Amino acid sequence: MKPVSLLTKELKTVNYVSGPLIFVQSVKGVSYGEIARITLPNGDERTGQVLDISRDLAVIQVFEGTSGIDNKETRVQFTGKPPTIDVSIDLLGRILNGVGKPRDGGPDIIPETSLDINGMPINPYARDKPADFIQTGMSTIDALTTLVRGQKLPIFSGAGLPANKLAAQIARQAKVLGEGEKFAVVFVAMGITYKEASFFMDDFERTGALERVVFFMNLADDPTIERLATPRCALTVAEYLAFTHNLHVLVILTDMINYCEALREISTAREEVPGRRGYPGYMYTDLASLYERAGRIKGKKGSITQIPILTMPDDDITHPVPDLTGYITEGQIVLSRDLYRRGANPPIDVLPCLSRLMNLGIGPGKTREDHRNVADQLYASYAYGRDLRRLVAIVGEEALTELDKKYLKFADEFEKKFITQGDENRSLERTLEISWDLMSMLPEEELKRIKLDYIRKYHPAYRKG
Amino acid sequence: MIAGVISRISGPVVLSDQMRGSKMYDVVKVGAEELNGEIIRLDGDLAVVQVYEDTSGLKVGEKVLNTETPLSVELGPGLLSSIYDGIQRPLPVLVKRSGSFISRGISVPGIDKEKKWEFAPTAKTGDRVSGGDIIGTVKEYNIEHRIMVPPLISGTIREIRSGAFTVEDPICIFDDGNPLTMLQKWPVRRGRPYKKKQDPRSLLVTGQRIFDTMFPVAKGGTAMIPGGFGTGKTVAEQTLAKWSDTQIVVYIGCGERGNEMTDVLTEFPELVDPRTKMPLIQRTILIANTSNMPVAAREASIYTGVTMAEYYRDMGYDVALMADSTSRWGEALREVSGRLEEMPGEEGYPAYLATRLAAFYERAGRVVCLGSDERLGSITIVGAVSPPGGDFSEPITQNTLRIAGTFWALDTSLAYRRHFPSVNWIKSYSLYLDSIQEWFEQNGFDEWKEMRDMTMYLLQKEVELQEIVQLVGPDALPESEKAILEVTRMIREDFLQQSAYHEIDSFCPLEKQYWMLKVILNFYNRTSEAMNRGVALNKILKLPLKPEIGRMKELADVEKIKYLMGEIDKNIAALEVER
Repeated sequence: MKPVSLLTKELKTVNYVSGPLIFVQSVKGVSYGEIARITLPNGDERTGQVLDISRDLAVIQVFEGTSGIDNKETRVQFTGKPPTIDVSIDLLGRILNGVGKPRDGGPDIIPETSLDINGMPINPYARDKPADFIQTGMSTIDALTTLVRGQKLPIFSGAGLPANKLAAQIARQAKVLGEGEKFAVVFVAMGITYKEASFFMDDFERTGALERVVFFMNLADDPTIERLATPRCALTVAEYLAFTHNLHVLVILTDMINYCEALREISTAREEVPGRRGYPGYMYTDLASLYERAGRIKGKKGSITQIPILTMPDDDITHPVPDLTGYITEGQIVLSRDLYRRGANPPIDVLPCLSRLMNLGIGPGKTREDHRNVADQLYASYAYGRDLRRLVAIVGEEALTELDKKYLKFADEFEKKFITQGDENRSLERTLEISWDLMSMLPEEELKRIKLDYIRKYHPAYRKG
Repeated sequence: MIAGVISRISGPVVLSDQMRGSKMYDVVKVGAEELNGEIIRLDGDLAVVQVYEDTSGLKVGEKVLNTETPLSVELGPGLLSSIYDGIQRPLPVLVKRSGSFISRGISVPGIDKEKKWEFAPTAKTGDRVSGGDIIGTVKEYNIEHRIMVPPLISGTIREIRSGAFTVEDPICIFDDGNPLTMLQKWPVRRGRPYKKKQDPRSLLVTGQRIFDTMFPVAKGGTAMIPGGFGTGKTVAEQTLAKWSDTQIVVYIGCGERGNEMTDVLTEFPELVDPRTKMPLIQRTILIANTSNMPVAAREASIYTGVTMAEYYRDMGYDVALMADSTSRWGEALREVSGRLEEMPGEEGYPAYLATRLAAFYERAGRVVCLGSDERLGSITIVGAVSPPGGDFSEPITQNTLRIAGTFWALDTSLAYRRHFPSVNWIKSYSLYLDSIQEWFEQNGFDEWKEMRDMTMYLLQKEVELQEIVQLVGPDALPESEKAILEVTRMIREDFLQQSAYHEIDSFCPLEKQYWMLKVILNFYNRTSEAMNRGVALNKILKLPLKPEIGRMKELADVEKIKYLMGEIDKNIAALEVER
């Protein structure tokens, strides 16, 4: 790092303003990605970041929007510093705006240190394998799409589906079995409404978790471009809490779709070649630079687990945002409108759900030896039952064989007893017990995915006898 | 040395002035921090540079130094069991230098220069050698690392030494006084030369039933695995990396998850190669450019990997190269192309996407290596493709389809019902069926082709029958067709499905595959015969044979499976016709 010059220069050379971008002329010694302070004619201050520089022209994206900026009086000052956030353990319990400044009326934060919000990629060799099973108390997640510490597991929701309720319930109930370790939640609101944000705040307050939470709030009426910085600030705080203060941090990001819209806005303003649905071609890389900040590091006690929430436009899982997210994250939890209408609560559609790190967190010594087999069997049987429903719609239930009727019944009961649980906090034991009860509806030889030993040990027919 | 100055910075692309005289693809050091970059366009005095590291903090006016060498990798003993980033920097060394996070501007050699290797010469003084000739060997784990004369070099040996040397010590002196070391450098964008290419003729045994028996890939061939997220591309790639019967495996994690690379790193040292009984990591080279690592290095990672693969191929080994995922590589091309403001082709990809893809896959092949002993080596490339939205009509999938010899189409609906590997047997194909039929016959699997054809016929028939069932219900089918549905369900569940995590099932030897399929088809044939006699299907299905067949995959002993053949014959023949 070169010493920063004490002499600061203000430029009045804004030449071109378009959308969130301003172009400043006759700049010298500006570095790529640095922060600029912009002073409006009326004295307002704004912050921007350098996106492109050529010999004497710098392109700056203004986080708080460009309204009021003119190309005569507006002054721009380059700080020579990358965007940073002041971090401190005292951030716990505080409510911050999208760029990490207090918005709860409380005192200023006395920083322990100041960190670059872009972070740096974790060296894959320094990563530690996620292996601790997190019991969320939700049957569908614990049994079928197990969450482990250091994982990034998004919730794919649709407009009007209770994703927030699910996320809050997970945050409330999540625990690692047999441990009372320190945890923290970093909650990142991007472009959500006040109502949604206050739902989370109330919920945390009710359960007394509030003082373990750092809130980042960029609400729907806050500047759009600020949203690009919000998750980066939040993840920097999360990394600080996890790897300096050894906390287990759960990061909830909502709503990723709003973040991506902001990204699209900047890209369009820069007149870049658009990719699918107008989103920029580098959206994958950009999203990865957020999601990949989850994980564990060798030799450090803390961890970062991410639960991003995103609303699929028109419930379309092939939309670029859920699609690219699914390619980066380690699985997904998908909510279904169909199930929601049928009254399943939470309406988790288990078939498209997946946890890629599940095998690391389950099995003997971690959960139970039969866990993997049970999960496979439940999936296979439920999928078959669902297929049959389509058949029944055409040919009627009468046409089914006796065995198929059992599968049909199984699928119904699975949705009623296993998926639906409301506010209940189920232990894994209880979840597996329900699973075995359900599976016993099917003939034993149909349980092909389960080892004979486990059937003898856990099947209700043998347990009773 | 040519030294220029930065005149523009836009993401990973930097423009440098005063660079006249530079060559395309020269490596440059950018800015005060000396970030690594590569020239990708020349325009008068201007050079366009893609930078392999994050460019934040660079300033206009900082210097750019041209090293005047193309992007190269170091080749020699010490590659195996290494993990590199996209430009061959060993990640463990980076951890030592900069901690858990990767910081910028670090240059480290790809190969350990301190370590001594026991060199045993095989050539002798007075031998006339040229490019590709083996002059000695070094033991690298269990692999005989053959030290070759680099391509384009020849001479008469004046002196050859034996003993412990570092890779930079001269081990051989030519008559003209030029020394030879164990270290070679090779530019990654140029394929290493060979004598001639041959058609691939032997099977790459992977221990996976859907691959080996149904859609095989030959050693020296190419295969692609496209599939939406969650369909098991990475698991398939990792399974192949684990169980392929090649001496060397190169695994490129290109723009994928960090935790996945950690998974490979922790799992491979523990897993044992079923053939050599040595830890798998000892035959593996890992290249990791995770999705949050710089995008330009992602473009390079594929070439870094394939050049290393070629180096071991040149020794006369079979090499398998897994690239997960080539879509991320294509996207890196697109991103850089966009920054260059090139005219976009389909979906924003550059117009040269197809050429680049083809050039990469063509570096696979079975070749007669350079050198006088006519040894054969091969590279098999398996590329994963991540089509957006699982839609196979996108450019990367379509362009790869034109080149790849085997197509393993992963299917989201199969994945949803946990049918793994979720390879769709109707859409997939292999172009190597004819060329490796002979190999199967020579290895004692005479009926493989017939059995495979029969299986495909039944599975195709199932699709047609399912359509009817969807319309009128299963009761409307005649008994003989119901029997087909029963058998295809067996094929799907008891043969095609294979668990990557089961201790026995994860690797299924070819002989076991052969007999498993034979048992199922035997069941079908005996059933058909019995039904011709007038036996009811229900009666056959009630026999205790079905669960037995269902548990075949968990058996380690092939004899037990063979025994089932007789059991089926006996039990079904014993059924009597009800009058």
